[in-house]
Amino acid sequence: MKNRNRQDRFVRAVKKFLLSAFVVVSFAGYALESRITAGGAVPTPGIAAPAGATAIAGGTISGMAPSSAPVAPAAGQTAIGPAPSTPGSGYKDGTYIGPVVDVNWGNVQVQATVQNGKIGNVQFVQYPSDRRTSQRINAYADPVLQQEAVQAQSAKVDIVTGATLTSQGFQQSLQAALTQAQG
Amino acid sequence: MPNLVSETRLMWDMPITVAIVEDAAPAGPLISGVFAYFQSIDDRFSTYKPSSEISLINRGALTSAKASPDMHTVLALAEELRLATHGYFNIAHKGKIDPSGLVKGWALSNAANMLRDAGCGNFYVEAGGDFQAVGANAEGRAWRVGIRSPFNTGDIVKALAVSDRGVATSGTYIRGQHIYDPVTGGLTDPEILSITVIGPDVYEADGYATAAFAMGRKGIGFIESLKGFEGYMIDSSKLATFTSGFEAYVDHENR
Repeated sequence: MKNRNRQDRFVRAVKKFLLSAFVVVSFAGYALESRITAGGAVPTPGIAAPAGATAIAGGTISGMAPSSAPVAPAAGQTAIGPAPSTPGSGYKDGTYIGPVVDVNWGNVQVQATVQNGKIGNVQFVQYPSDRRTSQRINAYADPVLQQEAVQAQSAKVDIVTGATLTSQGFQQSLQAALTQAQG
Repeated sequence: MPNLVSETRLMWDMPITVAIVEDAAPAGPLISGVFAYFQSIDDRFSTYKPSSEISLINRGALTSAKASPDMHTVLALAEELRLATHGYFNIAHKGKIDPSGLVKGWALSNAANMLRDAGCGNFYVEAGGDFQAVGANAEGRAWRVGIRSPFNTGDIVKALAVSDRGVATSGTYIRGQHIYDPVTGGLTDPEILSITVIGPDVYEADGYATAAFAMGRKGIGFIESLKGFEGYMIDSSKLATFTSGFEAYVDHENR
């Protein structure tokens, strides 16, 4: 059957990836061991802390809106959320470089591209590299992969993709919608 | 403008939608045919139904040697996945088997082939957020797809335009939170909330999305390594990481 060839490709691709993942993990293990033997403590995964400080996405965006444009989410707010909805508002198209922001563990500076009044790509101009945590985060960076801040949009779509919502959630949502429809 | 005929039913414990752009032949019977097929899949593969073939096998009332051709196909696909993922994808659990993790994508792919064979050129079949979209929408344009926000299920965070593609998302929905490392004061590894995969076929896209999600942060690199597949990963710090060819699917006119 048709799926057979696809499956073969799937199997080959996964094997290929697992091999390269093994190489990467081995190297990472070696690097980590070097650091331990050099006297550094192993970074421990943190405990969830309700910190008031803002993270990469939210904080950096707030610092880079041009003064004439509507203010982006303030520090402490989340980056996600409806885009400015005032008619005719939105950001002016262009590329903006934000100020250098001291985030306690180093300096962060980002560059954002605004297209059609909405924030597009967000890139780091400066990123801390002298602390273990930031090194750890930087280790994920891949020159090919790109990143952007996640932001709610008002797009009109035919189909929605997302992790499976259980029928319970579906029914609850439907029920709520029907209740509203009854007015 | 041709009419989009769409129907959603609750099946396999999730909402399933079949939508066909009605060109000439009436879409109703085709949609009923697809749902009848999905019902037959449920009757055969549902572990909740005592009379299903999978339940008979799990009770030892049927040997897999005497199982249906569909069951043989699914069990063979499951075994391939198990080997390919070094045992991560395993339908066996506590002495029972449950292949529902791959049956959905497989059935959607089969349903799309059924509709193509019936002469349908513009349609989509979707189950629980995974789908195959073929041809164009009622406006004659590529199907407009939204990636659901993992932070607020009512929000769309990315608008795409796809045609003749399978799309699947694997993930979890939790409130986004920033976790700080108490030792350094820096951010810990942001948790991966969802990964969306676009490819030629929903069965593959579903399998790759599941595998990539299980790989954590490295999952997006895995998708990058696959020819013909693109991915969009969202983490708990509200940062999205996407593959080099993903931009080609972004609908810049629809934001």
